[in-house]
Amino acid sequence: MSTLDSKIPSGPLADKWTKHKNEIDLVNPANKRNIDVIIVGTGLAGGSAAATLAELGYNVKTFCYQDSPRRAHSIAAQGGINAAKNYQGDGDSAYRLFYDTVKGGDYRSREANVHRLAEVSTNIIDQCVAQGVPFAREYGGLLDNRSFGGVLVSRTFYAKGQTGQQLLLGAYSAMNRQINRGKIQSFNRHEMLDVVKVDGKARGIIARNLITGEIERHSAHAVVLASGGYGNVFFLSTNAMGSNVTASWRAHRRGAYFANPCYTQIHPTCIPVSGDHQSKLTLMSESLRNDGRIWVPRKKEDALAIRDGKLKPTQLSEEDRDYYLERRYPAFGNLVPRDVASRAAKECCDAGFGVNKTGEAVYLDFATAIERYGKEKALIEKISNPSEAEIYKMGAAVIENKYGNLFQMYEKIVDENPYKTPMMIYPAVHYTMGGLWVDYNLQTTVEGLYATGEANFSDHGANRLGASALMQGLADGYFVLPYTIGDYLSKDIRTGEIPTDTKEFDQAENEVKDRINKLMGGSGARSVDYYHKKLGKIMWNKCGMSRNEKDLKDAIEEIAALREDFWNSVKVPGTKDTLNQELEKAGRVADFLELGELFAKDALDRNESCGGHFREESVEIDGPQKGEALRDDKNFKYVSAWEYKGAPKEALLHKEELNFENIELKTRSYK
Amino acid sequence: MKLTLKIWRQENNKAKGEIKTYPIDGIEGDMSFLEMLDVLNEQLINQGDNPVVFDHDCREGICGSCSLQINGEPHGPDRLVTTCQLHMRKFSDGDTIVIEPFRAKAFPVVKDLMIDRSAFDRIQHAGGYISVNTSGNTIDANAIPVNKEDADNSFAAATCIGCGACVAACKNASAMLFTSAKVSQYALLPQGQVEATQRVLSMVEQMDKEGFGNCTNTGACEVECPKGISLENIARMNREYLSASLKG
Repeated sequence: MSTLDSKIPSGPLADKWTKHKNEIDLVNPANKRNIDVIIVGTGLAGGSAAATLAELGYNVKTFCYQDSPRRAHSIAAQGGINAAKNYQGDGDSAYRLFYDTVKGGDYRSREANVHRLAEVSTNIIDQCVAQGVPFAREYGGLLDNRSFGGVLVSRTFYAKGQTGQQLLLGAYSAMNRQINRGKIQSFNRHEMLDVVKVDGKARGIIARNLITGEIERHSAHAVVLASGGYGNVFFLSTNAMGSNVTASWRAHRRGAYFANPCYTQIHPTCIPVSGDHQSKLTLMSESLRNDGRIWVPRKKEDALAIRDGKLKPTQLSEEDRDYYLERRYPAFGNLVPRDVASRAAKECCDAGFGVNKTGEAVYLDFATAIERYGKEKALIEKISNPSEAEIYKMGAAVIENKYGNLFQMYEKIVDENPYKTPMMIYPAVHYTMGGLWVDYNLQTTVEGLYATGEANFSDHGANRLGASALMQGLADGYFVLPYTIGDYLSKDIRTGEIPTDTKEFDQAENEVKDRINKLMGGSGARSVDYYHKKLGKIMWNKCGMSRNEKDLKDAIEEIAALREDFWNSVKVPGTKDTLNQELEKAGRVADFLELGELFAKDALDRNESCGGHFREESVEIDGPQKGEALRDDKNFKYVSAWEYKGAPKEALLHKEELNFENIELKTRSYK
Repeated sequence: MKLTLKIWRQENNKAKGEIKTYPIDGIEGDMSFLEMLDVLNEQLINQGDNPVVFDHDCREGICGSCSLQINGEPHGPDRLVTTCQLHMRKFSDGDTIVIEPFRAKAFPVVKDLMIDRSAFDRIQHAGGYISVNTSGNTIDANAIPVNKEDADNSFAAATCIGCGACVAACKNASAMLFTSAKVSQYALLPQGQVEATQRVLSMVEQMDKEGFGNCTNTGACEVECPKGISLENIARMNREYLSASLKG
């Protein structure tokens, strides 16, 4: 039976990883040839792990539902990747990155994991540059940095607003090298539908070929899930349409504990919802908060006039604007962490100051930055008495150079020019900090089953800082997993190939087929999207930016009822043995309908406010922090790891106590 | 908005396809083109018909999944956008819109509007990488300064999303813009120099093997590219190829 042992190495924090690497077992190169590893998901975490494991000599099989590994949703990450290089000489260090990340996560992450992440962060940049990732550079030819929310140094490396794309294409190129050598077999347009366990160990998967509908068996000595997060449980999110929880959830049903499902990041700067037809939300990178100032009208009547189209934001004088983040958090201003910025936007809009048709939007304004950059440029180019138009032109050019693609994207979607009028933004679901519980070695509670990147829970606590997801995905895949999985695989050098004609594979395959038959056999009243949208509404209204006991209890019941209705009357057209996108969606939504319930249960259990999880029952009542989130370290300083027991509401809670030996727990203040 | 959609329907890669006509109503300008297709599909499902199959994923113009030949143009009438970022405000009430898959011998139709672009992956397998181990024992990232202009141009080439619009736009179905973007990204960086000769030869060889046509410099690819990948990359690849052939 699995137990909750985090397996953190002993010794001083800064030495743990080095010591661990020195002590774990290795596999001899000749033996690696006899060992197979399955990796599900080819984003930063999966792609990098696949490339490195194949390079070490293991036989790797990758699986992705997209038509190419290059299309995994890491590609959409915009702003940047953190690394404690201290190239700017502004006081950065591995310790500071560690400290910022633990604090940013509101003291709900594991110290040892986060320190390791900070340690290896610098290697990532070296690695990516060597791979030909074209990061932004200064005129002297060295790498440029920018600043992100929740920190006081410039440690973010970037490639305009397409950092995720460039890093993913880097990992994809490393994969391609191994594909060309025959060390990676890449199964694209394949979806994993179950984990196969043999004698308690993960030994393979059942996957569906999405083109032919064929159900396939694949075996390996270990299985790595790098399948991303579950933000699409909200229906509307910045995730890709296909992003799903199925791989993780199937693993959960097979014994992997699911940790902190309620920790969700609602990102403050996304393009607001425009109508019921909306299929997804688009992020505007947090890097924009380096130069954009967030505000709402100071007077309610102005907000109403703007909503009715009678007033333009550019007509409002400075006195009539409330730069509420600068006012409430003078130390961090517009660069407070994401959870803080999101809640503040919601409060303004709930109070009636929202600025678009729906009243759910705030401004992100670049006028000040354009003027500042324009004047700087005039000074550099020695233009005396530049006209306002000249200043604007030069300033806008600087902004375009930094964020051009984001501004273009905004203009295409909203049909307004953000160089001339402030952007409208509103928070949207973006990232899930929760995920499969893993120990220090990134192994889940199922032996031989690993989880990396967003699919695991370990590094971001209750709130992720900007530019840390790319860092974690690549750290796990390039530098952590290749060591830790070797320790496990060293016991498998004599095992030989895992056969797939066994009763365990038979049983798993039959279960997958039964489930597909059941999905195809609904009475056919409503489409899959109907259920997904309904689930999303429950999640957003009752498990969103602000949560309370009553709503969460209601959500649990409502989701359970919706799930029952789904299984009785979902309509999946077509057949199961051909390409069938509705069937694919149906399987994913079925799993979201279970996860959603566990999510609400977890949020109900955690009666404290921490990071992205805000409980209305737990706020500061007075003092300088009045109205801010109140964390409860006495009662909730633990990781919630849920064991599957049938219906999600029956899940059994296991607690991993978090020990902070190196960081003093404080109220997280950004004032 | 009321529209008439004429959509290519094809059961699988062996079946014969045909254009079918679907009237649609209630389309708003704020919808993306794919959201318009979502509305159609919801309608088809409720009528008991099979929905139209098309590739899409991120819906923010970066994954390169979506394609579609819309009224004869890859990604439709707007410039510098993918289909998922094309909004219905670019169309007018009463319009007829013809929607087909990208057409090229090297991109066989999978079903309806979905095509197989794995030929692009195979071109990348042939040499779209720098052979560096991912173990982390590389030199410091700032050890080799890179001229900013080169770095910026390399980045611009690297922003290719691999959607295939360049191939669909080309009368010869050439993949030169796609291939040259990768060759250029590395050719412009010091890290890419070591393997430059072999890279360009292997990638071009694979490109030819996949059945893409020749480049006749019409420039249609650059016009239709949603990411604005420049024709200069093709010129650069031709130079690289010539110099590699002389060496080889």
